[in-house]
Amino acid sequence: MIEPGTTAPEFTLSDHRGKDLSISDYRGGKVVLCFYPKDFSPVCSDQLSIYQEVKPELDAAGVTLLGISIDHSWAHRAFRESLGIEFTLLADFHPRGEVASAYGAYLPDWGTTNRSLVLIDEGGVVRWVHEAPTPVEIPGANLIFDALSATSA
Amino acid sequence: MSDLTSASVPPFGPDDHVTGEGAEAILYLDLACPHCAAAWQRIRALRLRLCVRHFPVASKHPRAPALHAAAEAASRQRPEAFFELCDSIYADHGHQDDPHLWERAHRLKLDLDRFEGDRRSDAVVARVRRDFEDGIRAGITGTPAAFVNGGLISTGVPEALAATSAEE
Repeated sequence: MIEPGTTAPEFTLSDHRGKDLSISDYRGGKVVLCFYPKDFSPVCSDQLSIYQEVKPELDAAGVTLLGISIDHSWAHRAFRESLGIEFTLLADFHPRGEVASAYGAYLPDWGTTNRSLVLIDEGGVVRWVHEAPTPVEIPGANLIFDALSATSA
Repeated sequence: MSDLTSASVPPFGPDDHVTGEGAEAILYLDLACPHCAAAWQRIRALRLRLCVRHFPVASKHPRAPALHAAAEAASRQRPEAFFELCDSIYADHGHQDDPHLWERAHRLKLDLDRFEGDRRSDAVVARVRRDFEDGIRAGITGTPAAFVNGGLISTGVPEALAATSAEE
């Protein structure tokens, strides 16, 4: 997993609309990268649903949460609509898991992104990371707010 | 804006919904969640002093906020009506629209006008949201979830609570 204090690796990925987005587009604001294994899986659905419920608080804290998995933009679009979530979802589809690998959040034996969170500050520096002990363990939304509180001083 | 940093689950409070006798457990439910509906049938049969709290996940279950507001509103007329409405909703989970809630309120002999006003009131919405935020701060990531002696139980909730009941 990438270490706090390092510069967030640059990347460009297609979002759920098929539009290319770069991490540098978000410079000047805080970003949480939410790597998750698979669209439509029960655990990932629970995780993103919970985060959706606290989106007003994330917005108020000036944080943009970006979901990233190895799924294609079309799958992201359907997943997003079926779950009623408003976050941007990015497709680390081809080469498979390349961005996740750059952040140390890819499981080559599983062929999926690992369940991991990365907080990037306004200057593009990684400030906090969380790697789930196993892919089925969801990091609570409280951990994101703990990280924001701990790194905002 | 609310503080959602980590915090221990709040202990039983004066405006909590509590039923039964026995070992104490706190249960966070989503009234529109099918897993909760299945778990509820088993948990209701246990000897427990059970505190039930609101955890509606609206993005996944769009009717959840309305169901929780209805249960909270019912409790304002009779405390036990909270559990009676939970029982009713979980026992017939396919009927969650407003006319179904009116029918349930009628069967529970609630004042319908007051029920309608209460379930749409800011106070009831805030009360439901308070439980939800307490659950987020305590680390809940899905429903059903329970706490026994402050420890979070995220999987196998009916089995864990059955063990808690048996240990008493």
